[in-house]
Amino acid sequence: MAMPFFKPGDDPGSSFPDLLRRIGMGSESVDMGDVAVPHATTCVAMRYADGVVMAGDRRATSGNLISHRGMEKVVQADHFSGVAIAGAAGPAMEMIKLFQLQLEHYEKVEGSFLSLEGKANQLSMMVRGNLPAAMQGMVVVPIFAGYDVRRKTGRLFTYDVTGGRYEEQDYVATGSGSLHAGTVIKIGYREAMTSDDAIALACKGLWEAADADSATGGPDALRGIYPIVATITSAGWQRVTDDHLATVFEEIAMEVRAR
Amino acid sequence: MTMPYYVAPEQVMKDRADYARKGIARGRAMVAVRYSEGVALVAENPSNTLRKISEIYDRIAFAGVGKYNEFDQLRVAGVRAADLKGYQYSRDDVDARGLANQYAQILGQVFTHEMKPMEVEILVAEIGYGSDDYQLFHILYDGTVMDERRFSVLGGDAEAIAGRLNESYTDTMSLAEAVTAGTAALGGTDRTLGSEDLEAAVLDRSSGRRCFKRLTDAEVAEILGR
Repeated sequence: MAMPFFKPGDDPGSSFPDLLRRIGMGSESVDMGDVAVPHATTCVAMRYADGVVMAGDRRATSGNLISHRGMEKVVQADHFSGVAIAGAAGPAMEMIKLFQLQLEHYEKVEGSFLSLEGKANQLSMMVRGNLPAAMQGMVVVPIFAGYDVRRKTGRLFTYDVTGGRYEEQDYVATGSGSLHAGTVIKIGYREAMTSDDAIALACKGLWEAADADSATGGPDALRGIYPIVATITSAGWQRVTDDHLATVFEEIAMEVRAR
Repeated sequence: MTMPYYVAPEQVMKDRADYARKGIARGRAMVAVRYSEGVALVAENPSNTLRKISEIYDRIAFAGVGKYNEFDQLRVAGVRAADLKGYQYSRDDVDARGLANQYAQILGQVFTHEMKPMEVEILVAEIGYGSDDYQLFHILYDGTVMDERRFSVLGGDAEAIAGRLNESYTDTMSLAEAVTAGTAALGGTDRTLGSEDLEAAVLDRSSGRRCFKRLTDAEVAEILGR
């Protein structure tokens, strides 16, 4: 493959998807009919004192079957942001990969970071681009969360299938278990929580979702698979360790036993 | 009937090479020096925003001297080529050798076929995983590629700078020693360069996935002790 070299008037700029289209590698919309693909499920995110916390279970399902136990649907997008995805796993993973690449590509070409709002808009366009596939059941609905270094605060964005972008103030939940997880967080949510409290509340939300929704996986101590939980603050993205999560879920289990 | 002047091909190539060399010699130089944890890149550059050194990929850096718009165009092409390759295959498949070859193709093509050659010299630096695992590809305005060891010097007055660096270079230098040696070589005997005259960055094995890191003026000042 030759190095992509463009004349000034013909330059695709800092957009990676535009570059892909320009060199003929853009994705084409195909009729997917009624194919069954693995689905990823519950993810939550909320704001707390230092930024945002994101959490997602690890299960992917195909109909009644568990197709993956260790799927990572909460991933780092760049230094100051993360994205969580529920929906058809294949298109979702491809979207995350392209989104991460686009943020890095922009940063390298332009020599500066996109603003958090700019990143949220980029994701919005990608979700809209997936609309033809979504019409055939390949729905992908992400949550985007990050630390806005200009406004010095954590921010949350949620999307619908058409690419509609909505900023949330306190918390957001998506996926099949979102009703249960969202309700738990709604009740437990307080302004400016500490990071430990926010992590515990996010875990409790996932626990209750896993308890009531068959498509959401709970903590799997047998295999040592715990949900992915991460905080994003002025210091950047930080994944919460499995050891920490093991103690958090142990406390939740004790509380449930004592009911 | 007018006859077109005949100019010998040797003369055409020589004129073009002279033109490119003159353009490059007008600008300021830069050096890349291997150190124990990677490669340090130091350029004489009073601007804090118009960069000569930048990131191409996880373990690959780019540096250019000469005409800014021309090497910046090459830099962006390199970022695109690397990101596309990493997307199409895997991040592990992106390497400096492939990029250097592609750059050489472009520069060679422009040198022989266009009105004017590019007045640039570029460097593609890459670090691997072992302490002696690194590549420095120095590419000239006509597409000549040189695979260099220990250090590279680009730009005007390169020979004198390389001579000075050759004397101070050792195989066991730390980052601070490499930056100090590079700065001293750039400045020569009659000039003392401070952090505000320099642009510095590293490819460092300990930086995680993306090894490229810029050094701030404060960090450079601390290293140089001024």
